[in-house]
Amino acid sequence: MAYNGDSDPRGDPVPTAVKLLVAGGFGAGKTTFVASVSEIEPLTTEETITTASIGTDDLTGVGDKQTTTVALDFGRITLDAQYILYLFGTPGQDRFWFMWNELSEGAFGAVVLADTRRLEDCFPSLDFFERRGTPFIVAVNEFDGGHRYGPEEVRAALDLDPGVPIVLCDARDTRSATSALVTLTKHLISVAPTTV
Amino acid sequence: MADSAERPLLDDDAGPLVRPYMASGGRTAPTASLDLLTLVWATGRLGPTQLEAELGEVLLLCREPISVAEVAAHLRLPAMVVKVLLSDLLDLGAVGLLSPDPAVDTTDRTVLEALLNGLQRRL
Repeated sequence: MAYNGDSDPRGDPVPTAVKLLVAGGFGAGKTTFVASVSEIEPLTTEETITTASIGTDDLTGVGDKQTTTVALDFGRITLDAQYILYLFGTPGQDRFWFMWNELSEGAFGAVVLADTRRLEDCFPSLDFFERRGTPFIVAVNEFDGGHRYGPEEVRAALDLDPGVPIVLCDARDTRSATSALVTLTKHLISVAPTTV
Repeated sequence: MADSAERPLLDDDAGPLVRPYMASGGRTAPTASLDLLTLVWATGRLGPTQLEAELGEVLLLCREPISVAEVAAHLRLPAMVVKVLLSDLLDLGAVGLLSPDPAVDTTDRTVLEALLNGLQRRL
């Protein structure tokens, strides 16, 4: 890393950004979850993505490229002087699937929010993280008026690996959402290879 | 038409009146490699008032290390435009940057422990 070891003008070490993702179907509460845990007002940025076709070079490729703008929710938690956690809500709409690879690059893990009224909506997220090998937990967002299911009922319905933690959470509640992140982190530590 | 030019056409919700890419002079490709999570900070070599308006605004946000995503969100500009502006500031020596290591070890226990401790302090 060319810039490693740089420091800001006050001589403090520049913090390292740690990335976690919040996924789930459209309307599962991703934006709410990010807003609950973020220490800053949750922000939305627009990222322009260029999907270039294979074998096209920059001089001739203009006609073969498509650019799409995707809005991303994100929040920030300052962990300590050295680390800042950034939480990204993954785009919920299917047509933004191509974004997921880029977002997952360098992500430590993910919380998949499940809405028990529309459990099937989180299947694509589960498939994606399983295929990619990104560790995740499932947080069942308890919506008012939704039928309450136990974690094991949800596990059976999602056909989840027994090693994947499932928690119940209220995405609107800071403590509840932060607890889900703690569970995720404990899971990440448990699946991390032990150093010899 | 003179009449309509004198009163504001739009309120804040409508967003900026100039297209975002005007801010970057129409350029869509930053010269530096920047990620949404690249952290940038002002080096203090140039002050915001010594720069063009857009660059000065970006620099003002960089007094503390801040991510590209945050700068974009605060300025309500697409991330790509902000990346172009930050590349300019980098070329001028006005900002320093630290991009996430593409080969980051996401199973690094030191980082995971810091994450756990930081989160638990918030409970």
